[in-house]
Amino acid sequence: MAHGPAKGIGRWLFATNHKDIGTMYLWFSFAMFLLGGTFAMIIRAELFAPGMQLVKPEFFNQMTTMHGLVMVFGAIMPSFVGLANWMIPLQIGAPDMALPRMNNLSFWILPFGFALLASTLFMEGGAPNFGWTFYAPLSTTYAPDTVNFFIFGVHIIGASSIMGSINIIATVLNLRAPGMTMMKLPLFVWTWLITAFLLVAVMPVLAGVVTMMLMDINFGTSFFDAAGGGDPVLFQHIFWFFGHPEVYIIILPAFGVVSAIIPTFSRKPLFGYSSMVYATSAIAFLSFIVWAHHMFTTGMPIAGELYFMYATMLIAVPTGVKVFNWITTMFRGSLSFETPMLFAIAFVILFTFGGFTGLMLAVAPADIQYHDSYFVVGHFHYVMVAGAVFSMTAGIYYWLPKWCGKMYDETMGKLQFWIAFIGFNIAFIPQHFLGLAGMPRRYADYALQFSDWNMVSSIGAFMYGAAQLLFLYNVIRTIVAGEPTSEEKTWEGAEGLEWTLPTPAPFHTFSTPPEVK
Amino acid sequence: MATDSNYYVPEESRLPVLAAMALGLMALGAGLLLNDGGNSILLVGAALLVVVMYIWFRTVIRENMAGMNSDQLKRSYVWGMSWFIFSEVMFFAVFFGALFYIRTLALPWLGGEGDKSDMIHLVWPEFTAQWPLMETPAQAAGSNEFVGPDQNLSFPGWDKLMGWLPLWNTIVLLTSSVTCHFAHHAMKHDDRKKFNIWLGVTVALGIIFLVLQYEEYHHAYTKMGLTLESGIYGSTFFMLTGFHGFHVTMGTFMLLIQLIRGLKGHFSSDDQFGFEASSWYWHFVDVVWVGLFLFVYVLA
Repeated sequence: MAHGPAKGIGRWLFATNHKDIGTMYLWFSFAMFLLGGTFAMIIRAELFAPGMQLVKPEFFNQMTTMHGLVMVFGAIMPSFVGLANWMIPLQIGAPDMALPRMNNLSFWILPFGFALLASTLFMEGGAPNFGWTFYAPLSTTYAPDTVNFFIFGVHIIGASSIMGSINIIATVLNLRAPGMTMMKLPLFVWTWLITAFLLVAVMPVLAGVVTMMLMDINFGTSFFDAAGGGDPVLFQHIFWFFGHPEVYIIILPAFGVVSAIIPTFSRKPLFGYSSMVYATSAIAFLSFIVWAHHMFTTGMPIAGELYFMYATMLIAVPTGVKVFNWITTMFRGSLSFETPMLFAIAFVILFTFGGFTGLMLAVAPADIQYHDSYFVVGHFHYVMVAGAVFSMTAGIYYWLPKWCGKMYDETMGKLQFWIAFIGFNIAFIPQHFLGLAGMPRRYADYALQFSDWNMVSSIGAFMYGAAQLLFLYNVIRTIVAGEPTSEEKTWEGAEGLEWTLPTPAPFHTFSTPPEVK
Repeated sequence: MATDSNYYVPEESRLPVLAAMALGLMALGAGLLLNDGGNSILLVGAALLVVVMYIWFRTVIRENMAGMNSDQLKRSYVWGMSWFIFSEVMFFAVFFGALFYIRTLALPWLGGEGDKSDMIHLVWPEFTAQWPLMETPAQAAGSNEFVGPDQNLSFPGWDKLMGWLPLWNTIVLLTSSVTCHFAHHAMKHDDRKKFNIWLGVTVALGIIFLVLQYEEYHHAYTKMGLTLESGIYGSTFFMLTGFHGFHVTMGTFMLLIQLIRGLKGHFSSDDQFGFEASSWYWHFVDVVWVGLFLFVYVLA
């Protein structure tokens, strides 16, 4: 290759290389993961025992809000964009992303956006305290002054997401190697293509709703104020029209990663490839027409409740197809249980569990009981953490040797897995019990009968937090002192273009397109 | 050029990170401005963004004119612009959706329709739903928190049709879409002179539209008591037409750049993407206006 990477800080600031930008995304999202994790540890420490021990209730509210915002927009989403940057060009035989300079712009917006968001913690009035769903009027009439920084931060972070997604769509549609037809694309590429479509469709919706907030707060409009003829429930409709596709934006790339890992360690091709593609598309379509299942207690007409209940339950069908395919891929496979596979299997089991609690929440009459309780918190952490984060972790262990040419320590990886797996379940299973028993979410304190399970949950959360420090250690140790490997195929059962490349992957790959048969 | 002739991967660039910094400064500055912190940071950010975008677009144009863009890269730009416009469609969809929800569901409920009417009646007993909303629930309850407009901009009746500004706006904008298409057609046939004339006419029509829109806003604020603060009618009216007007401003500016490029001799019958992208944007803005004309003005 004619050019290697540039020297010094300029390599990162002015990068147009998809691998460098992917690396920056991954490290940035890991930093945000630790920041959001710190907020979670503060929450769980405060809830360790009833009464107020460590923080003030106002600060507790800021912690729950910032934990959600940082994890969703700063940790999970950018981490999968990082993975997309690294892997999509390698998996489709492209030399780089389609629009490399815009790629750099999408990344570098994020540090500025999150610095702005995090700086509100130190401002007068404190950080946003209205929950990560920022319902009006909490986020408008009763919001702290810093809400304006939050709004403009969301605007530029949204712009970053839209540009990143346009780049991914253009890359997949336009830069595939000759012979790489759509129905030969690795499933990770397919799930990301659909995710990118969802992002381009709903990030402008998020921009629209925060703009309405901005106008209500500063310029006297009355979108979310019934006194002027508006409606606070309008906020929830728009937010969840963004928010429901958003949860699939988070989980679809995770599906893609797991669909790459399970066949590798089962030494069998993925069962039902085309049904996976169609199921993913079906989930994406359904995600647009189910949003009000988050709003069963807002006084919707009964016809609306029924419609949103049944439409939501429909999602179980394509999701069931996927789970069936993963399990059938493993069936009679020659399985081995390296760290990525452990995380992937845990993903399938725990995500299915989270899916089932989702079905429970979809039952409109029952949801009135569960709504805004810890049952909901337990449910979505099963899909967000055991779903997205476990899959992400699996993906990093899976591809790390290809990226840096070093092998991670299998014992340490497995140790991290078991601490994370056990800690996670200890942390979140009890939250279902707490919610069914009536403990509301987002409160800084609770009634005495909830003490025991909260203590158990906190202990599990600390364990899970410790596992992440171990993860950080494992990744750094692999990069610095891992055992060098130059095998093209790190895993004997792995299939795909990325495993035809040298290890570690050179700075420029596929400068001439490979022929896909 | 970092790779061989099959693909073009640009060299490292200082532009994106500066653009990101500009956006960060603008977000910080806009927040500070609204929190009484002065507007200097916002202006610095905006100025930086303008400079970076100028250099960035100049770079891209020069690369293209130097023949560095492969057909594949050109297709990437086409995809990029198309999906950007799709994201804009979704942005307007939010505000249209809000308008429909308010008009067909929220306001009738506030006025006592539906199975929650007993409860609503306790909160807003005097309020009657109507559209355009001339008397807000607050007013009906004797408060002046939100005061409805004295007049609205709905269809005034056939006898006053000729003096109804939105109709003229519609004619101007629809015409501009046609002239824009003529310009495109001319360039397809390498008729540079016609291209410049039709594009010039399009830009002029865009400016006329903006002047008329300014007139309408001025009239609404000074004569009709219709402001952002006059309840949900004013909120939806100004946000929908305001964002549209902002997009017309951007579109006019984009077409103006293409006109300058046309006068400088850029474009040919087989390569005119800069103009085409701007013209797609312009047609999109036009379609949005048709929606606005129907749902904000006519069917009100």
